[in-house]
Amino acid sequence: MLSALTQLLIFQLSGEIVARSLALPIPGPVLGMLFLFVALILKGGPGAELQTTSQNLLMHLSLLFVPAGTGIMVHLHQVGSEWLPLLLSLIISTATTLIVTALVMKLCLPAPVRTGETR
Amino acid sequence: MTQDIGQIWVYLSASPLLGLTITLLAYQGAYRIYQRSGCNPLANPVLIAVTALVLFLTATGTDYETYFAGAQFVHFLLGPATVALAIPLYTQFKRVRSMLWPVLAGLLAGSLTAIVSAVAVARMAGASASTQLSLAPKSVTTPIAMGIAERIGGVPSLTAVLVIITGVLGALGARPLFRIMKLRDPAIEGFAIGIASHGIGTARAFQINEQSGAFAALAMGLNGALTALLVPALRHWISL
Repeated sequence: MLSALTQLLIFQLSGEIVARSLALPIPGPVLGMLFLFVALILKGGPGAELQTTSQNLLMHLSLLFVPAGTGIMVHLHQVGSEWLPLLLSLIISTATTLIVTALVMKLCLPAPVRTGETR
Repeated sequence: MTQDIGQIWVYLSASPLLGLTITLLAYQGAYRIYQRSGCNPLANPVLIAVTALVLFLTATGTDYETYFAGAQFVHFLLGPATVALAIPLYTQFKRVRSMLWPVLAGLLAGSLTAIVSAVAVARMAGASASTQLSLAPKSVTTPIAMGIAERIGGVPSLTAVLVIITGVLGALGARPLFRIMKLRDPAIEGFAIGIASHGIGTARAFQINEQSGAFAALAMGLNGALTALLVPALRHWISL
């Protein structure tokens, strides 16, 4: 677990360094994900340890959003005075995005591979 | 005795230990409720945990900064977790490659829709300029969205909150919406969820199945990168 966590941090760090030194608008962790992805293709897959640690980390992905979400208490005022536009915007935009993305993909998908196989 | 408790509280409220512990407790409690409800999306664990924490912090008069001094250790893990998304992505690489064009088209359409529709609706409903700017990156994962908001003159911490609400809405609404649309492809479902509602949606998509989760993770990563490019480019229109 320790070496897997270290690997993840090294990829995040290299993503952060590249993003900052080249002044890219892409955030460091996303670039780090890209680097790890390329490394996995080159290496032909993750080791057992990295696999398990990542699975554990991703299993509780929701937990990691709790501290930022609790920040709502600082913005109760702004959220309270503009709750209607905010709520309308978030609901309509989220639903529209889901529908548009799914429809565009469905239209672009060649007919034979239309049904997703589940393993 | 009461003085002792007072002193203990003085210690606890100044130490990061409390913020970290209550975050883990709140989440585990919320997760148990979620499981007991038979994984009902209305019992979203983030929603329950955040509500419980806000109530607790307000009741004890603890400010957010004090709380965050402890909770930042959890928040920090968002970075390595984002990197770790490369693994499910790798596992599903074959399927992703066979769907390259649908994926790229869906990404571009979804990313633009998420930004433009959020700002347009808020503007029509009379939201302030700073709220509109804070809303623009709402569909991408917290650290990216906060960075974008900062760059274009929004309020980063407000953006963080809007991102979370968006995630919960997507996690709640996606499956009923897809049922109406008669959509049954786990790859498309996952990808759309990842575009619209980032990591919280991705967490939900992993519950559908691994393929759905991998496509959500892919969508979340790609949309994070694209939105980081699009929002600054659209900034002129957003701050009109």
